[in-house]
Order: sequence, then structure tokens, then C-alpha cells
Amino acid sequence: MEVFPTHHYLNDGYGIRSWLLTRDHKRIALLYLAAITFFFFIGGSFAVLMRIDLATPAGDLVSDDTYNELFTMHGIVMVFFFLIPAIPAVLGNFLVPLMIGAKDLAFPKLNLLSWYIYILGGLFTLHALVTGGVDTGWTMYAPLSTEFSTTRVIPAALGIFITGFSSILTALNFIVTIHRMRAPGLSWFRLPLFLWSTYATSVITVLGTPVIAVTMLLVGAERVFHFGFFDPKIGGDPVLFQHLFWFYSHPAVYIMVLPAMGVISELVAAFCRKPVFGYSFVAFASLAIAILGFLVWGHHLFVAGQSVYASLIFSMLSFLVAIPSAVKVFNWTATMYKGAISWQTPMLYAIGFIGLFTIGGLTGLFLAAIGMDVHLTDTYFVIAHFHYIMVGGTIMGYLGGLHYWWPKISGRLYPEGLARLAAGIIFVGFNLTFFPQFILGYLGMPRRYHAYPPEFQVLNVLSSAGASILGIGYLLPMAYFAWSLRYGKVAGSNPFGATGLEWTTTSPPPTENFAVTPIVTSGPYEYPSPVEKHVA
Amino acid sequence: MRDDTLHHPALAHHFDNLEQQAEAASLGMWVFLLTEILFFGGAFLVYTVYRHMYHDAFVVASHELDVTLGTINTAVLIGSSLTMALAVHAAQTGSKRLIQLFLIVTIVLGCVFLGIKSVEYAHKFREHHVPGPYFQFDVKYVREAQIFFSLYFVMTGLHALHMIVGIGVMLVMLWHASRDRFSPEYYVPIEVTGLYWHFVDIVWIFLFPLLYLIGRHGVP
Repeated sequence: MEVFPTHHYLNDGYGIRSWLLTRDHKRIALLYLAAITFFFFIGGSFAVLMRIDLATPAGDLVSDDTYNELFTMHGIVMVFFFLIPAIPAVLGNFLVPLMIGAKDLAFPKLNLLSWYIYILGGLFTLHALVTGGVDTGWTMYAPLSTEFSTTRVIPAALGIFITGFSSILTALNFIVTIHRMRAPGLSWFRLPLFLWSTYATSVITVLGTPVIAVTMLLVGAERVFHFGFFDPKIGGDPVLFQHLFWFYSHPAVYIMVLPAMGVISELVAAFCRKPVFGYSFVAFASLAIAILGFLVWGHHLFVAGQSVYASLIFSMLSFLVAIPSAVKVFNWTATMYKGAISWQTPMLYAIGFIGLFTIGGLTGLFLAAIGMDVHLTDTYFVIAHFHYIMVGGTIMGYLGGLHYWWPKISGRLYPEGLARLAAGIIFVGFNLTFFPQFILGYLGMPRRYHAYPPEFQVLNVLSSAGASILGIGYLLPMAYFAWSLRYGKVAGSNPFGATGLEWTTTSPPPTENFAVTPIVTSGPYEYPSPVEKHVA
Repeated sequence: MRDDTLHHPALAHHFDNLEQQAEAASLGMWVFLLTEILFFGGAFLVYTVYRHMYHDAFVVASHELDVTLGTINTAVLIGSSLTMALAVHAAQTGSKRLIQLFLIVTIVLGCVFLGIKSVEYAHKFREHHVPGPYFQFDVKYVREAQIFFSLYFVMTGLHALHMIVGIGVMLVMLWHASRDRFSPEYYVPIEVTGLYWHFVDIVWIFLFPLLYLIGRHGVP
């Protein structure tokens, strides 16, 4: 019978001040968890409205303008306030110091500040929302955003600008912490793969985010002060905006998916009881994705009037990103091969991730091929593709990780049966929502329209039905995680029998994480090989 | 000595010793400066693209900037970098009075720069060189010159904003110095402030020739 520890970070101080002024990375992670969950359901509610509207060919639920605002706000909230911060700010904040045997991140005050910056950016976005919304699409292309849109572009752009600094500060904190705060003996190649991918993500964040910040600033200056950067009337080039925007926003895709890949590496090792196959290849694949990710933005501009030669090179480079991504998928599969797989909830998410990410990645190659892309640009094929990466990839990884480390975070177990059921519902709901969209896009249904020819209705109804199943799937974990806080079984330090420093301390951990600084003498996934187990 | 640094009042609880803490702070500042390079880099990219597209208009427009004031400002800023470096040196040798002296001189030089910059801005306002509906310029280049001046105001404005932040940080450092917070064992805040200030100077070292100087001789 496991005993709940008497002293831990959750009972080290009570009351609202002990949370809002905390410097403990674990409490800040929970602050982020609350804020991010809030924005997830805000962003999700826009998706619900869109899917209801799309159930019939006529645009009859909302007006055209409102529909424009729905998909814009869905995109902005989900990308900037959920997908980008989700895994780094919640799981990363909680785990980076625990995984390296440190007491906290290098800059605890900065960490708290980054949460407040996130909230401030969120308030601007909510302000834009309640005072009328934005209709430019989350991409905010000029000159629509700088001149023609009459909606609340400035507060929304400010929200994106401000929130960017919260990601930058978190990433900076992780980079310094991983460089300078590792426990004795914890060399780079003994780091858990989650940290390699967190590190690679942080590098992208630090290098990419300032570019979107300055771009938003230029848009703001053009809109408010009538400065000229992208305005064709004075010789400005709107395509330059697209280059600047995608220079950040394409790498941002990897900001969203790389941390999930790190989570999957941990899950596969823990539930197959084997070291990750080809550890260093998986580690370097993260860095390769981070570097290559900066060289492919032009594949968003194939039909924007970019030179054909530039497009050819961007197309080729985009194909290259498939290599490190495939290395990861193959290595996870090779890890599972002859592993002692236990089908617990986090593993279900991991397997779901591998399948959905593979579909999302392969359809990405369709879009990277110039000839195909000319036909598929701005169709539902693109929507389906990136939702397979972001929802099928990032959210699967996020939920898998949240389940895996929930006993560490809360000290209690979630109800396993219900959790497996929810994982199944999410997988089915997800595919029913988004697979029909591949076909819709292939048949030519454009994105961002809410009225469509009647022959598309069957597939749209399937998609809307899937979305409602998916919605239930997302509500379930909310409910049983909350339930488990009080009624869950006490977890103990290491309920999954996993390796890793975070499992050597109590659940929930004490404020200072470890009673004594751990000394590391081995690699991250030292599970006994099946042969040894047999002998023992 | 070693025990001193383990119980130093400036040592935060989650670091093992002052050395680790100092290394973390300085790495943190370098990473931050990396993001700053990319931040200004976006604006420099826009400048490069449009200078290439509208070379003649940019040359004509850059003639409207006041090279004398720009040169004086460059000298002022390089001077402030020197005094900042001297402040860091004073911190290393543990001289409180010299830290305060050099920080104050650096702050004053920074304010002189901003003062001269605001005089230049005022000129531009009077000459209707602020982009927008009231912009006036040689008819031949009136469209593209707006892009030049848009870049001029945004880039020098962002630079000035960074200087204001830097001056604010130095005032905080001055306050810390007056309360004897720094010693030869612990001066990393002064050091990273110096890194930041030098970075802001280097941005100007690029802005000055790009906006004021290149293309000035020869055509128009």
C-alpha cells in the first residue's frame, strides 16, 4: 500500500497568494495547465460552432462575417494559446528540473513572469474576441490585415506579439537550465529524449518567435500609423509579409510537434520496457528537424507568386524534413519490436500518435510536391493534413504525457478503464472528423467557406459527427482527472516502474524536488533486457 | 573562500554555487541577445529587400537624414560603450564609487543620444517626412520614399526603445550598487547589463551606415 507523502509542493503553502506569487516550477506548470485548458475549450467552442454550421450545405447558422471570425479566432487561440505552449509550458515546466535532478529552473522569477505575460497576451486576445473578433484568418495576411479588415486586428496582433515573449522566456529558461543545471554524471547523452526535443524546440522558439514579433509590429505600424511596408499602393510587397510570417510560422509547426515527439519517446520506452532504439539518432533527429524546419517556409508560397526556382528548392528541402521525422517513427516502432508492451492509457496515446503522425507527415509530402500543391492549396486537404499533425500529433502527445505524469503531478492514479475508453473515443472521433476532410479537399472543397455544394454534405456530416465524438473524448479526461485529485488511488513514487530521475522522488515531489541531489551513473532507459529478467 | 561563495547572500537557493549562478545568468543574456538579433533581423531583412527593389528612392531619401547629428550620436554611443565597459571593470575590482560614476556617465550619454535623436525626429515631422497621408517628397519618389521613412522610424524607434530599457536597467543597477550588493565575487548583473548595452550599440553601428551613409556619395 503506497502512502501519500506528508510534505510536497501542493501543501507547501495554501491560498491564492501562494500560487500567484510562486516561483516553484511545478506550481507554475499547474498555473499554465489551468490557463491552457481554458483556452483549449475557448478555441474548441469555435470549432463546435463551425462544425454545426457545416452540417448543412447552406451557411445557415452564422453569417458570412461571423464565420470568418470563427475560423480566425479558432486558429489564433488554438495555435498561439494552446498548441505552442501546451507541452513545453505544462509538461516541460514540470519535468525539466525533475528530469535533470535540479531544484528548479535557472530563472524561477522569469518563469513566473512568462506565465503573466501569457495571461496578458491572452487578455488582449479575449478582448479582441468580445469586442467583435477578427476575420483575417490566423495568418493575418497583408494587406487584408493592414488595410481592409474592419475588425479587431490590433488587439489580436498585440496578443500574439505579447504571448510570443512568454514562449521566448520559457525557452530561454529551458536552454540555460539544460546547459547549466544538470545533476552530477548527467551527460548530454544520458538525457531523456524528452529533454532533447524540449531543447530543440527551445532553440526554434528563441530564433523564430522574435521574427513574428517584429512582423506583427510592422503590421501594427502600418495599420495604426499608416506607415508603409506591405502596401502595394506605395510599392510595398504583400508577399514579403508572407515570407516573414511563415519564417516563424512554419518552424512553429515543429515547436508544436517536437515536444510531443519527446513525450512519445518516453512513453514507448516506459511501456515497452526497453531503451529507445537508436537513442542518438532520435536525439539528433530532433535537432535536424529544428534546423531543417527553418529552411522550408517557402512551401506555403507555391501559389503566391514566388519564383519557380525558389519553389523547387523549398519543395526539395521540405522533402528532407521527412527523413528525421521518419527516423523517429521507425525507431519508436523498432523499440516496440519484441518489447514487453503493456497497453496502459499513455501507451494507447503513443500508438495513436505514431499512426496519426505518419498519416499527417505523408500527406505533408503531397503538399510539398509543387504540382500537387497547386491543386490542393487552400482546400480541406490542407486542413486535414495539419490537423493530423497538430491534433493527431500534438494533442495525442500532450494527453499521453499528461496521463503518464499525472500520478507524479497529483500523487494519485486516474481510473485506468475510463482513461482507456477516453483514449479510444478520441482516436475514433479524431479520424471520423478529419479523414473525410482529406477526401473533401481532394474533391475540391475550399477551406474557409461555410456554404458548399450539396454533394459534399455526406462527408461534412461525417466530419461534424466525428467532432462531437471528439468533444466528448476531450471532456472525459477533464472530468476524471478532477475526480482523481480526491478519490484516485495513491500512486506512490513510481507507479509505472519507469526509469528516469522524476520517478525517484516522491509523488507529488517536495518543493525542492529531491531530498539529496541525485548522482547519475547510467543512461536514461536502463530497463533489464528480457533475457536478464528470465534469468532473474 | 569556497565557503564564502556557498553562503553568499546573493546566491539563489537552487544553484550550487555563485559560479554556476553567474554562468547561468550570462548564458541567459547571450540567448536573449540571440532573440534580439532575430528581432532586429526581421526589420533588416525588410530593409534589404526594399533597398534592392527601390535603390534610387532609398538613396534620395537617405540624403534627407542629418549626417552630422548621426555622426555625433554614433560617437556618443561608442563613448557610452566605453564607460559601460569601465563600469564592468570597476565591478570586477570592487570599486563601488567607480561603478556608480561610470554607470551615471553611461546613462547621461544614453540620454544625450536620445535627445539628439528626438531633435532629428522633430525635423522630420516639420518637413512632412513622416509616412502617411501628410507625407511630402519629390514627386518622382514619393511612393517608395515612404517605405524608407517607415523603416527609418521603426528601426531607429525600436533601437531607442531598447536604449530606454537599458537606461532603466542601469538605474536599477545604480540602486543596487548604492546598497553594496556587488563585490568581486558577485557582479554578474553589471556584466549582463553591459552585454545588453553593447548589443544595443552594435545595432546602431549597423543602422547608421545603412540609413545615413551608404549611397551618399555619387548619384543624386
